[in-house]
Amino acid sequence: MKITEEMVDYISVLSRLRLPEEERGAMAAELERIVSYMDVLESLDTTGVEPLSHVFPVKNVMRPDRVVPSWPRADLLWNAPGHDDEAFLVPKAVE
Amino acid sequence: MTWETVIGLETHVELATKTKIFCSCTTAFGGEANTHCCPVCTGMPGTLPVLNESVLEFAVKAGLALNGDITRFCRFDRKNYFYPDLPKAYQISQLYLPIVRDGRVPIRTPSGLEKVIRIHELHMEEDAGKLVHDPWLDQTKCDYNRCGVPLIEIVTEPDFRSAEEVVAYLEKLRSTLQYLGVSDCKMQEGSLRCDVNLSVRPAGSEELGTRTEMKNLNSFKAISRSIAYETRRQIELIEEGKRVIQETRRWDDNKDATFAMRSKENAQDYRYFPEPDIPPLELSEEYLDHLRAGLPEMAEEKMTRYQADYGLPEYDTQMLTGQKALADFFESTVALGADPKQAANWIMGQVLGQLSARGLEAKDMKLSPRTLVHLIELVRTGKLNRNTAVKVFEAVFADDGDVDGYVKAHGLEQVSDPGAVAGAVEAAFAANPQSVADFHSGKEKAFGFLVGQVMRQLKGRADPKAVNEAVRKKLDEAKCGLDK
Repeated sequence: MKITEEMVDYISVLSRLRLPEEERGAMAAELERIVSYMDVLESLDTTGVEPLSHVFPVKNVMRPDRVVPSWPRADLLWNAPGHDDEAFLVPKAVE
Repeated sequence: MTWETVIGLETHVELATKTKIFCSCTTAFGGEANTHCCPVCTGMPGTLPVLNESVLEFAVKAGLALNGDITRFCRFDRKNYFYPDLPKAYQISQLYLPIVRDGRVPIRTPSGLEKVIRIHELHMEEDAGKLVHDPWLDQTKCDYNRCGVPLIEIVTEPDFRSAEEVVAYLEKLRSTLQYLGVSDCKMQEGSLRCDVNLSVRPAGSEELGTRTEMKNLNSFKAISRSIAYETRRQIELIEEGKRVIQETRRWDDNKDATFAMRSKENAQDYRYFPEPDIPPLELSEEYLDHLRAGLPEMAEEKMTRYQADYGLPEYDTQMLTGQKALADFFESTVALGADPKQAANWIMGQVLGQLSARGLEAKDMKLSPRTLVHLIELVRTGKLNRNTAVKVFEAVFADDGDVDGYVKAHGLEQVSDPGAVAGAVEAAFAANPQSVADFHSGKEKAFGFLVGQVMRQLKGRADPKAVNEAVRKKLDEAKCGLDK
């Protein structure tokens, strides 16, 4: 699969990454090498093989609906780049 | 040209579980910002979400009650987007294998139209947090108390043709989910939220027009008004030769209009893929049978049963089953021995009257069925007359007070002694000879006046029927006297 510089731009918007102009070409080439590995997988014959979504043979993993005390707020806010002791603070996101 | 409105609904319902969908934090409403949170629901790296078994159970029950097909092999998917209301930068939802498909909801509108609304799918997902912009700091505050609260999203086919049908469906959905006990469906607390997809087309056309999606609809009234507004707006655009643009619009309740929301920089590309952290679910036949057997009797079944077993008119059964708590209350009074029609009359008249006067819902009522049954029994045995009983009811309603104590303290027992009634009749006749004469000269009105005088003498505590009879008898005797 061919990765164009336009695709690199689109992916950087989706992932909120600002990529320096001069790195776009190198990034496209690198991504293409990674994605081309899918071509190797694609070459295998998978007729009659169920699509796999999870590698471990476990299912129905659930917990009972019982409340456990939440964490102290200060501990949750500890590593946040911005907070006011009550809420996480982020750059303006609502209009 | 005549136009037809075509509407489809996406309804988000918060499930009434005690804990969040993937962690054990409480789902209690309110609380100080970020106090109902843990590393899982704040999206800390290295945490592992584990599904709450009640979420699956509630979703399956809802699916069964909406006559849907339950997906036996079911999975969660990851919906990726960067927005600070979701600290993980993705929402765990279901796209490829939703838990329920192809449901059917029969509705009936107030104008008598009956139709079936098809449910496209019902899936499980997590709610997002709350963002508040702080203009002073020019920053956005994130509160993740609601983040991870379990939701089911119910998506209909574009089967609605009017606001009336939409409201009838939502009322049916709300009643169904409340009877199941899977959600309290409080619109004002956001536990039932609705997005309306609407387009218009020339009447008779089979093709769908370009639709818009309306958000921020917090009441049935807002839904009805926004449908009227948006229908008019789209028709005007087309009739002016313009095009409807597919977009998301926000309803503004104060301005009574919808407004285009600023489109995100890019078209949405959620890059869904199977959620690796949640192993798949495989539902056994036994599991489904168990839940099927545990489904409660729904409003419609109750209506049919009340008509068949108790001979109640359809109107009564509809009133009684409107709120589950009210139907439960009615059934308890009947189980305690009350006459069903008497109980129904008291509940529709006095109970609903008091609830609406006090702005309460049936489930918040303290009055016990036993108290009402006792009151009905006092009337039946002639110890209280009906009017006095209503006064007692109003006095004891709020706190489920002591009926006998109140009756005694206020001297309200009905006068059942025939001698006392006869004495009062005697006195009333003696004091109002003119009325007696008026009656005999053909003025029927005088009869009511005399009865009123007797009741007054007895302080309203006598059985009105007995007083009527006594007055009638006394007048007949007096008439015989005149004839002679």
